[in-house]
Amino acid sequence: MELMEQISESLQKGDAPAVDRLTRDALEQGTAPGQILDDGLLVGMAVIGQKFKAHEVFLPHVLLAAKAMYAGLDILGPLMEGDERLSRGKVVIGTVQGDIHDIGKNLVGIMLRGAGYEVIDLGKDVAPARFIDVAIEEDAQFVGLSTLLTTTRPVMKQVIELARERGIYDKVRILVGGAPLNRAYAEEIGAHAYCFDGMNAVDCVNGFMNRS
Amino acid sequence: MRELLHRLSAGDIILADGAMGTMLMQRGWQPGDAPERINLERPEILADIARLYKEAGAEILLANTFGGSPIKLAQYGLDDRTEAINAAAVEAVRGVVHEDAYVGVSIGPCGELLEPYGEARADDVLAGYVRQLKAVVDVGVDLTCIETMTDLTEAVLAVRAARLVAPDIPLAATMTFDETPSGYRTIMGVSVEDAVEGLTGAGADMLGSNCGYGIEHLTGIAAEFRKHTKMPLQIRPNAGLPELKAGGPVYPETPAFMAERLGRLLERGVNIVGGCCGTTPEHIVAMRDALARHTTPGG
Repeated sequence: MELMEQISESLQKGDAPAVDRLTRDALEQGTAPGQILDDGLLVGMAVIGQKFKAHEVFLPHVLLAAKAMYAGLDILGPLMEGDERLSRGKVVIGTVQGDIHDIGKNLVGIMLRGAGYEVIDLGKDVAPARFIDVAIEEDAQFVGLSTLLTTTRPVMKQVIELARERGIYDKVRILVGGAPLNRAYAEEIGAHAYCFDGMNAVDCVNGFMNRS
Repeated sequence: MRELLHRLSAGDIILADGAMGTMLMQRGWQPGDAPERINLERPEILADIARLYKEAGAEILLANTFGGSPIKLAQYGLDDRTEAINAAAVEAVRGVVHEDAYVGVSIGPCGELLEPYGEARADDVLAGYVRQLKAVVDVGVDLTCIETMTDLTEAVLAVRAARLVAPDIPLAATMTFDETPSGYRTIMGVSVEDAVEGLTGAGADMLGSNCGYGIEHLTGIAAEFRKHTKMPLQIRPNAGLPELKAGGPVYPETPAFMAERLGRLLERGVNIVGGCCGTTPEHIVAMRDALARHTTPGG
C-alpha cells in the first residue's frame, strides 16, 4: 500500500518521472494495473482536485498533476485495454466557430484526460456541424463547447439545435463553459450543464457518468 | 512634459485612460477579430479614442497594442504585420498628444500557456515581446505598460524584454488577481507578494493591478501591494463584473460610483489610477474631478 501512497504523492507534486518509475515498480511487484489506477493515480488526482477547490493549490499544480497522471496512464493503458475504468467516457471538446481563444478549452482537456476520460480536441474556431459529426462518429458521451466572447455565444445554441436535429441531444450531454456564460444562459440554450472552470467540468462529467 | 517617474516621486497622482475594447466595439470592431487589425485599417478610430480620453483628463494614453505580440497576432494570421500593427497604434496616439500626455505601449499576455503547463517556450515569448517593443520605440513611447498578466514567468519575460529594448523608458507591470481564501491570487496562483518580488527583481519601475472585480476589489489589492513595496503603484480597476444582458455585457459600476470610491483607493498610496474593462471617458472625467477634490487641501 505504501507504493500506492508514493504514487499518489508524486502525482500531487506533479513529478511525472517519479510517477512513471513508481508505476513500473508497482507492476513489477505484481500489483494489478487497475489497483494502481484506483489506489494511486486517481487518489492523487482527487486530493489535488479537492485542494484546488479549497484554493490551497492553484492551476499550475493541477496542470502538472494531470501531466504526471498521463505518465502513469501511458504505462497502464496498454495493459488495461477494454477495462472501462481506463476509458471512463469520451468527450469531444472545442472552441466554437468565430473564436480562437483556446487556453480555457485546453485546460478543460488536460483536466478531463487527467481524470481518465478520452478527449477528442477539435481545436478552435470549430463549426457547429463538426462537433456533431465527430460526436456521432466517435460515439462520444459528451460534447464540451468553449468560448471567451459574447458574440460567439449564439454559436453554442446552433450546436445544441443541430444535436436535436440530428437526434443525439438525448444521448450526448452538452457542456458549455467560458467567461461570457452563466447557468441561466446555459439553461436558456438547452445545454445539459454549465461548467465554471476546468475542474468543475470534470465534476459535471463525473456526475453524469455516476448517474448513468 | 516632465519625466513621469520624477513626477511620481514628487507625489503627483496621475490619471490614466480607461478601456479600449468597449470603445472599439462602439466603433465597429467585431469581437472575434483581432482588435489590432484596426491599427492598420482604421487608425483614425484610435486617434479619436485617444482624443476623447485626453479631453476627459487622462495624462496617460495607451496605444491599442495589448495583443500585439507576434505570438498572439499569429492566432489571427497577422504575425508578419507585427511591426506595422504596433507602430501604427502608437503613431495614432502620438498624433493627438502635444506634450500634454504620456503615450504608453500596452503589452498583454501572449495568449498561450508557457511550458511546462502549455506549449509556449520562454525564449519565443521573450523574443515576441522584444519584437513588439522594437516596433514602437522609434515611433516614440513615454512608458511601457505590461498588464493583465496572470503568469509571473510571462510577466517577468515581458519586463525583461522591455528592459532589453527600452532600458530608459518608464516601465509599469500590473497583474490581475482574484480574491481567494488564500488571499489575492492570479489564476496561476501568484500572490501579490510574489508579484512584487518577481516584477521588481526583473526591473519594473511601477507595479500594480488592473482589471479584476471593480474599484473596491482593487482597493484591497492596492493595500496588499503597499504591505510589500514602496514602489509607485498603478491601479486600474474595471467597472465591476459585467452582467450579461440581451444587448451584450453591461458593467455595473457607474462613473459616479467609481469617483465616489476613488478617495479610498488613493488613501492606499496609489500613484497612477485609470480604468480597465467597461470604463469610459465619462468614468475618467468623474475620476478627474474626484482626484482634484482629493488633492486640493480642504477640498
